[in-house]
Amino acid sequence: MMIKINIAADIVTKPILAESIMETGALLNISQAHFDPTRGEVVAEITSDQFRKIKDSLVGKGAEVLVLDTPISRDEEECVECGACISVCPVKVFSFADDWSLEVDSDKCIQCGTCIKMCPHNALTLGH
Amino acid sequence: MVKKTIHEINDRIRDGSVNVVTAEEMVDIVGELGAEGAAKEVDVVTTGTFGAMCSSGVWLNFGHSEPPIRISKMWLNDVEAYSGVAAVDAYIGATQQSQSKGMDYGGAHVIEDLVRGNSIDIHGISPGTDCYPRKVIDTTINIYDLNQAIMLNPRNSYQKYNAATNSTNHTLHTYMGALLPHNGNVTYSGAGVLSPMHNDPNYETIGTGTRIFLGGTQGYVVGEGTQHSPAAGFGTLMLKGDLKEMSPEYIRAATFKGYGSSLYVGMGIPIPVLNEDIAKATAVTDDDIVTNVLDYGVPSRDRPVLRTVTYGELRSGSIDINGKEVPTSPMSSFKKSREIANELKQWIRNGEFFVSMPVERLPRDTACNAMKQTNANPHVMDIMSSDVTTIREDAGFHDAAKVIMEKQFNHLPVVDSGNHLVGIVTAWDISKAVAKDEHNLVKDIMTRKVVTASPDEAVDVSAFKLDSNNVSALPVIDSNRHVVGIVTSDDISKLLARRH
Ligand code: SF4
Ligand code: SF4
Repeated sequence: MMIKINIAADIVTKPILAESIMETGALLNISQAHFDPTRGEVVAEITSDQFRKIKDSLVGKGAEVLVLDTPISRDEEECVECGACISVCPVKVFSFADDWSLEVDSDKCIQCGTCIKMCPHNALTLGH
Repeated sequence: MVKKTIHEINDRIRDGSVNVVTAEEMVDIVGELGAEGAAKEVDVVTTGTFGAMCSSGVWLNFGHSEPPIRISKMWLNDVEAYSGVAAVDAYIGATQQSQSKGMDYGGAHVIEDLVRGNSIDIHGISPGTDCYPRKVIDTTINIYDLNQAIMLNPRNSYQKYNAATNSTNHTLHTYMGALLPHNGNVTYSGAGVLSPMHNDPNYETIGTGTRIFLGGTQGYVVGEGTQHSPAAGFGTLMLKGDLKEMSPEYIRAATFKGYGSSLYVGMGIPIPVLNEDIAKATAVTDDDIVTNVLDYGVPSRDRPVLRTVTYGELRSGSIDINGKEVPTSPMSSFKKSREIANELKQWIRNGEFFVSMPVERLPRDTACNAMKQTNANPHVMDIMSSDVTTIREDAGFHDAAKVIMEKQFNHLPVVDSGNHLVGIVTAWDISKAVAKDEHNLVKDIMTRKVVTASPDEAVDVSAFKLDSNNVSALPVIDSNRHVVGIVTSDDISKLLARRH
């Protein structure tokens, strides 16, 4: 499952991710990370049986943990099947079918949000 | 030599014996029968394209109010339309932005709302005259309330278009979509094999008066479009059609993040196959059409060409740039382009659409020249301060504080042992370190993501960088990342003060 970890300014300089991983032994597969002096945001994959313990550990250290359970969704009315979203997705969620319609393999989506900014027709949304 | 006339073809449309194929289908037919056989066999080839065409807009006539007004400025859903023409006419352009919603809503969205039959709020103002005494008008209308809503697009249907990529280290937001750093993707526009003008590159059947498919209804070619540049393969068309008959299937507003609004226009042109030369031209394939991949990371009119490429390569999903496999994205919809070519084919088959010859040929010798600029266009090197002190990344922050104090610089570029720029430190960074009581090295407190300028960059580009990155100074670096100067918002303000 995909999770998002928000780290507020007061703890952003502390190595809480590393601590939690060492403490729980949970294998966190980080797919996106953004840090600046005011906050940190990490998107990662974790197996569902390890989720509880890493969540408790991170929350105990002051982070916020959200489950990303709604991958990218496309409004078929708005979409004109241009394919502009294809080249910016880091995990190749979008592709063309043989008849040049757009195929969306949303199971692969790591919910980074890049394609939303790319779509000229505002056809893409993330549920959270 | 096969020779057919428009009248013969229209007679076949009338009696139902016409043979129409799309430009995609024509490729195989010419491959099989040869140009002569195909010219005998096929009467009309249909083309289609559906993509962002910024240079689009609509003439609107509102009818007279009581008491009458001669509108001098007006807004439709808060988007300004040009109304400096007579009393109650206005032209709404696709890229004009809403005054309240900014980039998220523009002229293109007003046009789509009109096509959908949605209501539009109108606000108009006027100085008032004896014959037009009214000074303000506010009302709500929809497309059916208008006398005319005539789409008139000054520059549509580029014969082909450059593909875009970005060599810088940050994402660019352009009318070609988001361009990822380090040439992370390539975007391109145009329908390749179905591209209307590429199927008649000598403009034998496309010209003033040609009847076409526009936005889901019949429209016309008015003549060459603005920037029509046929010698370079960048011909354009000016088009017109009745917006009242158009469909939201083929007229769609778009928003490019960081750029603004544009209109996706669906258009298609039927090409009557009058002889084998025309048949041959309509057999053009994606592999025959070549375009350039430009580096949009260079904010100049003359963007460097990274390589040439065919539409076939672009449509394969990725191309090679400097040994790296880069994914490609079209900005136009090939599926919709195909739909348009097929719908036009159906209209002709059903006897609902007749082909026409142009009453005037399009020019084949015009070029698109650059703007003549009579005012000096200063460059960074003209205004930067070359008296710039740098500090090494492994210096203590106290040393940095001392330099800032002594030199009265607010921004101190930070360099590595090879004198390459690696960061920037400001008085603010130092105050922060002091406040936190952290006695670190310069490299611990500096900003690493530093926005820079180059000496030969136009000052306007630096002003835009300062503004959009919310910074007040740019270190000026040469191609080796050596600091050669610094340009601040103060330098630019002083220049502007001199200009006005
Ligand atoms: S960019 Fe938007 S409109 Fe284009 S194919 Fe993707 S979802 Fe559809
Ligand atoms: S949100 Fe990110 S991962 Fe998901 S489809 Fe969009 S670009 Fe791909």
